[in-house]
Amino acid sequence: MKKSYTHKIFKNLCKSCSLCVHYCPKNVLEIGEDRKVVAKRPEDCIGCHMCELRCPDFAIQVFECQAEEQKAAK
Amino acid sequence: MYNENIFHYLRTNKLPHIWCPGCAHGIITASILRGIDKLKLDKNKTSVISGIGCSGRTPGYLDMNTLHTTHGRSLTFATGIKFANPKLTVIDVMGDGDALAIGGNHFIHACRRNIDITAIIFNNNIYGMTGGQYSPTTPVNAYASTAPYGNVEPPFDIVKLATGAGATFVARGDAFHVALMDKIIEQAISHKGFSVVEIMATCPTQFGRRNKMKEPYQMLDFVANMAVSIKKWNEISEEEKEGKFPVGVFVDETRSEYCESYEENILKKVQRGEK
Ligand code: SF4
Ligand code: SF4
Ligand code: SF4
Repeated sequence: MKKSYTHKIFKNLCKSCSLCVHYCPKNVLEIGEDRKVVAKRPEDCIGCHMCELRCPDFAIQVFECQAEEQKAAK
Repeated sequence: MYNENIFHYLRTNKLPHIWCPGCAHGIITASILRGIDKLKLDKNKTSVISGIGCSGRTPGYLDMNTLHTTHGRSLTFATGIKFANPKLTVIDVMGDGDALAIGGNHFIHACRRNIDITAIIFNNNIYGMTGGQYSPTTPVNAYASTAPYGNVEPPFDIVKLATGAGATFVARGDAFHVALMDKIIEQAISHKGFSVVEIMATCPTQFGRRNKMKEPYQMLDFVANMAVSIKKWNEISEEEKEGKFPVGVFVDETRSEYCESYEENILKKVQRGEK
């Protein structure tokens, strides 16, 4: 079964550098209107953690979750 | 998930940090913290020291025994700390100019002594904080505030320098290939003796803007493209090596460690009253 993931974003830490957006292989992330990162398409996330590992500001973490949790988070 | 525990080691009230958006210094800092967490080091028995420059700000964000010292001299403070309390895990974070220009002598002699310290060089090829002057690792032809026509000086190869000077663990990684960086930083911290880790880093603000890479991802791609695994390095031609650097572990050997030799050969003799 396909795994689901949820994204914990610390908006106060995000500096909108876009590294996570750029390197996400599934185009899950976007910079929102408030200039902070947002997980726009969490259902496409494959849990590679590249966004988390390349964020210079410790601002995003990815967790495995139940499909329902993902919907609730969105 | 990977970063789940790192806030335990951070002074969260000091965040967000001062580094520019997209600067690799934060990527390396997180890698060091994952290494410390994986090794289950007690933060009260871990000491992180730095000199001056953007890398010098690192310890200010870490909830450990930290010290922000003078330009190029961080290894002298780190040596004193380790020597006074050999039970501490001592990590020294340095910049390229900090470690190799201002602190070049301290660096080679720390390698020679083989004191049990992990020196992590954030190599962004420039003096970022002081205004983008070229450093001992700026590539030939790259632009800097003090090299408006392009740099003509050949850069140091940190790995060769540290190996020649006698460091017993020498590795190079880059801020793009995070899994490799995590692995070598963890290995370096565990190694008994003087460990040198060069991480090819970025400076979108001072290096990137002057060298047509103002977007943080352009700079991170630049270091990613410079990195070639040791295995591949040994297979490619000299022309293909131009502007590239091998990444991985180059030296991992055992030699008598300075604090232990001192204890064995001097302190014990003094205690026994031998001359
Ligand atoms: S874990 Fe991977 S796929 Fe998911 S958002 Fe991060 S980079 Fe994209
Ligand atoms: S990499 Fe980090 S700081 Fe940069 S946009 Fe993404 S979450 Fe924000
Ligand atoms: S000046 Fe360069 S090295 Fe310093 S924080 Fe900014 S981007 Fe990073």
